[in-house]
Amino acid sequence: MTTATATPEAARAPGLLPRGLMLALVAAGVAAVALLAGPRSGAVLLIGLGFGLTLEGFRFGFTGPWRRMILERDASGLLAQLLAIAIVACAALPLLAANGAELKGAHAPIGLAMIGGAFVFGAAMQVVLGCGSGTLVNAGSGNAVGAVALPFFAIGSFAGACHLSWWTALGSLPVMALEGGSGLAVTLAGLAGITALALALGRKGSHRLPARYWAALLALAALAILHLVVAGQPWGVVYGLGLWVAKGVVAMGGDLSGSVFWSAPANAAQVQASLLLDITSLTDLGLIGGAALVAWWRAGLASPVGLLPARAWVAVIVAGLVLGYSSRLAFGCNIGAFFSGIATGSAHGWVWFAAAFAGSWVGIRLRPLLGLEARK
Amino acid sequence: MRRVHVTLLVALGVAGLLVLDHAQSQPLNPYAAPPMIAFGSGLAATGGHCAAPPPPAR
Repeated sequence: MTTATATPEAARAPGLLPRGLMLALVAAGVAAVALLAGPRSGAVLLIGLGFGLTLEGFRFGFTGPWRRMILERDASGLLAQLLAIAIVACAALPLLAANGAELKGAHAPIGLAMIGGAFVFGAAMQVVLGCGSGTLVNAGSGNAVGAVALPFFAIGSFAGACHLSWWTALGSLPVMALEGGSGLAVTLAGLAGITALALALGRKGSHRLPARYWAALLALAALAILHLVVAGQPWGVVYGLGLWVAKGVVAMGGDLSGSVFWSAPANAAQVQASLLLDITSLTDLGLIGGAALVAWWRAGLASPVGLLPARAWVAVIVAGLVLGYSSRLAFGCNIGAFFSGIATGSAHGWVWFAAAFAGSWVGIRLRPLLGLEARK
Repeated sequence: MRRVHVTLLVALGVAGLLVLDHAQSQPLNPYAAPPMIAFGSGLAATGGHCAAPPPPAR
């Protein structure tokens, strides 16, 4: 006979009443956004919450699996990402082919700055152990590194957008995107090729995906397809963060008319409009909120924040700035370029993946040097 | 310091951002909002996205 004993986490977990009140509060927040800004804003915020719940709830992400692939030859997380992208592509490419005006893909040009930006982003995301979505999820779930990196990520994104036209003019190809049935076939063949390579390089047994990875990849794919259908554009992260800073600059009396990017009519209109009308801002806020909700639900917010040396915090701030700046040059982060880019047929998504993965290899080796983990 | 304090600080930052945004942005008009679902709406997609090519350099 065994006696059941509650774990410390279970003992601290909120009761039924607080959980019910919290869910009612979240529902009221989504309803308020829908009433104030329109039903699409409410729906996109809800989808963003779903992304946050999925990533934090199933402890799934983009940076960790790449790190485990490089350090431990554990291919399972990378395979889950590729499977999710393949599912989204199966829906997104036919949808885009049939509705080219109402829906748009994450299509961007391949260029020198784009490749360099992706490489640097890959390195920086391994330094802070968080990509675009990962930094938002980490900040929401009480991770101090993510919370410190986030505002600097936003500042970097704003600055990168300011300089984007100059960097892109250094050398870029025209936008190349795979379309329709043949585009889907090429995309799936490419994903199958990367999968085969990951399986060949991965250690024995890492092709078996844990149940939580299956749940995460299916939920992420479903939410990403829903995002495209509801918002008219694929899931993205970085634009919204730069917009937050642009609004702050204007609020402090700054003038954005000198910026090619922020004075362009579409972006200037977005700066003047409410954040509740910006798709990426809504999903970003949802990511933070969803992750915070899961962390609170699990009583995961009670654990202490780890102590780091001063040089590690400086590294986090610099890495946050670099993440934001480089992701603009690269036309997206893991979400906007890798996940959504490949899933909607953009050639830049594939190049981004190769460059960022190479950068990750460097970033992993930088972490001990910067005091973010013990040297081996 | 515990993780709950970090999350509360982030929540405070988000709340501040929304208050600042409300104070300086054009007022919301739900009656002029687009339909809930873009697919089938007949309206062109217009939202900002990080993959959108930039305006040409001056």
